[in-house]
Amino acid sequence: MNSFKVKKKILDVITHVILIAVAITCVFPVFWMLSSSLKTNEEIFKSISLFPEAWQWSNYTEALLKAKFGMYFLNSLIYTVVGVSAIVLVTSMAAYAFARLEFWGKTVLFYLLISTLLIPIPGAFVPLYLLLKSLHLLDTRTGLLLCYISGGIAFGLFLLKAFFEELPREIEEAALIDGCSRFGIYWRIALPLAKPAVATLVIIQCLNIWNEFLLALVVLQDPSKMPIQRGLMVFQGTHMTDYPLLMAGLTIATVPIVIIYLLMQKHIVKGIAAGAVKG
Amino acid sequence: MMNASPKEKTFNMLFILPALLLFLVFNLYPLLRTIQLSFFQWNGIDKDMLFVGFAQYKHIIFNNPAYWKSMLNAGYVTLLCLTLQNGLALLLAILVNRQIRGENIYRVIFFLPPVLSGIVVGLIWKFMYDGNFGILNSWLAAIGFEQFKDFAWLSEIKTALSSVAVVHMWKGFGYGFIILLAGLQTIPNELYEAAEVDGADTWQQFRHITVPSMIPVFTMVTILTVLGAMQIFDLIYSMTQGGPAGHTDVPITKIYQYMNNGEFGYSTAMAVIFGMVLLIASICQLYASKKFNK
Repeated sequence: MNSFKVKKKILDVITHVILIAVAITCVFPVFWMLSSSLKTNEEIFKSISLFPEAWQWSNYTEALLKAKFGMYFLNSLIYTVVGVSAIVLVTSMAAYAFARLEFWGKTVLFYLLISTLLIPIPGAFVPLYLLLKSLHLLDTRTGLLLCYISGGIAFGLFLLKAFFEELPREIEEAALIDGCSRFGIYWRIALPLAKPAVATLVIIQCLNIWNEFLLALVVLQDPSKMPIQRGLMVFQGTHMTDYPLLMAGLTIATVPIVIIYLLMQKHIVKGIAAGAVKG
Repeated sequence: MMNASPKEKTFNMLFILPALLLFLVFNLYPLLRTIQLSFFQWNGIDKDMLFVGFAQYKHIIFNNPAYWKSMLNAGYVTLLCLTLQNGLALLLAILVNRQIRGENIYRVIFFLPPVLSGIVVGLIWKFMYDGNFGILNSWLAAIGFEQFKDFAWLSEIKTALSSVAVVHMWKGFGYGFIILLAGLQTIPNELYEAAEVDGADTWQQFRHITVPSMIPVFTMVTILTVLGAMQIFDLIYSMTQGGPAGHTDVPITKIYQYMNNGEFGYSTAMAVIFGMVLLIASICQLYASKKFNK
């Protein structure tokens, strides 16, 4: 029995050594970005000290104003807030109907709408470019947002319909007898009850839209409309070697997402599990 | 709620109307348009599109080695991910599942890279890979590998693709880890306890309990890994832009290049072929998992 305990102790130590090594590998590049963002350019070129000699906070004001990361950041914020709100509204309404109401072609329409979860359409950006061009929405915020919103429908519908189906019907039936309209029931009763699922949807779509790059690359030309992921590439293309400012920009692009992640990590894991079931 | 009248059935459709419209215009129409355009030669500007049948498909399949090279490149990244990345993810999931202390901290840290954007990750690693002042070469020199001084990982033909693949795996293993860990945690403990009583050792338990119960989860992780690695773009775009000389080109960068040159028909034909490849790959994996499950 004693030798068994010793064996378990040794195994535990080995386990932690491996896990800690991997954890350091995960965190180091992010730490290196932070540290480099507070150095001077000379320091970047001549040393690899882990911490800056003197912390250059002015890099951040310069990145926000001169390198325009402030503007790109605001754009990303607009795309994310508007896009995610629209996705929640559009998909929750449809998901409620699919879970509770009767209408023409219900089953077929549901599988049609979530089909994009199963069938990959690589290169959809080519026809989307042409579509936006013919709608005169190329290089507009609206055009990019419409792409983002439609990209979130399948997952949102899939996630929320399952949740609505599990809600008890009694409250809704009572409200119906009290003369509440169908839309009123959805808006005042079902949607508030679906908060946990909506939270999962919100966080997953926040990550998707905030981190999206390819569509923003294809749709936008005008820098004043670009989200931060594109702004980073624009900056990197013109100021190849200004590493502290680039690293400050990367940090600015990362901070909101990491904060949301740390606050809501339980919901993310749930979303991954729900999304993974689709396979 | 039962037996809605026809009038109600029509009225209720208002609930799904916004989602349906967006789907039709921005999901279904682009899909059909891709297939249609792939049979035409078109620069996106002219009024007339020239119908060429399967000519562009033939040209891509038989006369465009650069396209197949890009497919092979993505395949190489995929293969590395399937073996190294998923192997690591499974090992870590098993280790964390041993009811150790700090489970949640490890979980949060391992899922940090997947949360970051491809552009951010690509640019950080490009900076670390830099030949002259990147931290990687400084460390290698410090432990005695002087020959890597000034070695430009991302511009050397021999190392560029593997270097990008390493970053893709760094960014992706946490995703597989989370799914695999969730899968492991659904296996009832009683199964292991019973096996222990019967005298099964750790390997036998892994082979006869863990593996069979995890096959659906393995399939899912494999499919997601293949789809993710084959469609890699942001990392390539931010680290190498397909260089040196096409050695890190992947199908999506190819489609993007051709579109940028105004060859809309040709690029959509590439997209259709690529979509078929992905679909066939997914179906094969589902089929293999069913067979294995018997």
